[in-house]
Amino acid sequence: MYNPYSLVDKTILITGASSGIGKATAIECSKMGAKVVVTGRDEERLNQTLAELDGGGHLSIIADLASEDGVTTLVNQCPQLDGLVNNAGSTIMVPTQFISRDKLLQVLEVNTISPILLTQRLLKNKKLSKGASVVFTDSISGVNIASPGNVLYSTSKAAIYGFVKNAALDLSVKNIRVNAVCPGMIDTHILDNGSVTSEDVEADMKKYPLKRYGRPEEVAYAIIYFLSDASGFTTGANLVIDGGFTLQ
Amino acid sequence: MEIKEFISRFEDVLEDTDISGLTAETNFRELDDWSSLAALSTMAMITDEYDVAITADEMRSTTTFQQLFDLVSSKL
Repeated sequence: MYNPYSLVDKTILITGASSGIGKATAIECSKMGAKVVVTGRDEERLNQTLAELDGGGHLSIIADLASEDGVTTLVNQCPQLDGLVNNAGSTIMVPTQFISRDKLLQVLEVNTISPILLTQRLLKNKKLSKGASVVFTDSISGVNIASPGNVLYSTSKAAIYGFVKNAALDLSVKNIRVNAVCPGMIDTHILDNGSVTSEDVEADMKKYPLKRYGRPEEVAYAIIYFLSDASGFTTGANLVIDGGFTLQ
Repeated sequence: MEIKEFISRFEDVLEDTDISGLTAETNFRELDDWSSLAALSTMAMITDEYDVAITADEMRSTTTFQQLFDLVSSKL
């Protein structure tokens, strides 16, 4: 069947694959024919993702990307890749005047430093094939919008916006493309730590022109576009997926 | 921890409110500069000053400084 978005014969590494957008991306990539390598910190939840993948030949590697050992383990065990999805992310909600070095470093470590260094290490170890595609889960937070208490997350994601454009230029000589998806709020568990109430969430949802949050799969489909040969002439791009939020 | 000291910590949270006029029975939700951002600041201030984490739902269950003080005290 004709399908320019096919991922058949592609091996794709996805970070933060034990939940949310990462898990949905792993499942959808497997349905598009990819061999998927899932990585995350939580063995039990990661195995759950692995069990839900379509087809065979997938791989799970437990690694904490915030540690040098974790990155080394992942890079060493990783097969040759046609795609990398830098998706792992977290947040701590604090207003600017309550930022501390610890909180800042914690958010930057997961959202900014780890994905950049993982990309570099995979390149140095020649694990990214010529023609490979690197995709970042960025956000409308940072470059496009600000929201109360979101300063650390926004800062970390704005840095990724800059990295994507520069890395896309640097890696064009290797025919490696680098792109980002920029979701608005998606139905995941990223805010389950209690910093907002369910009433806050209900009220926030109404601010979206499409009157709901996105589904993880709806971000996964855009990531698949960037991973597939359909986007072969697209690099350094940011695709906003926000139900129209930033139109207002 | 005393309630007077607890209320004085809100100087960094409530920029436009005269802290000296606040009492244990003041309903902080009725203050002019109370907002969702002030709620986040309150949660951050409590974590910083008392090393206690309160969730947004717990925060929502309180309306007076006394109730919030009791909530924090119960976790110390």
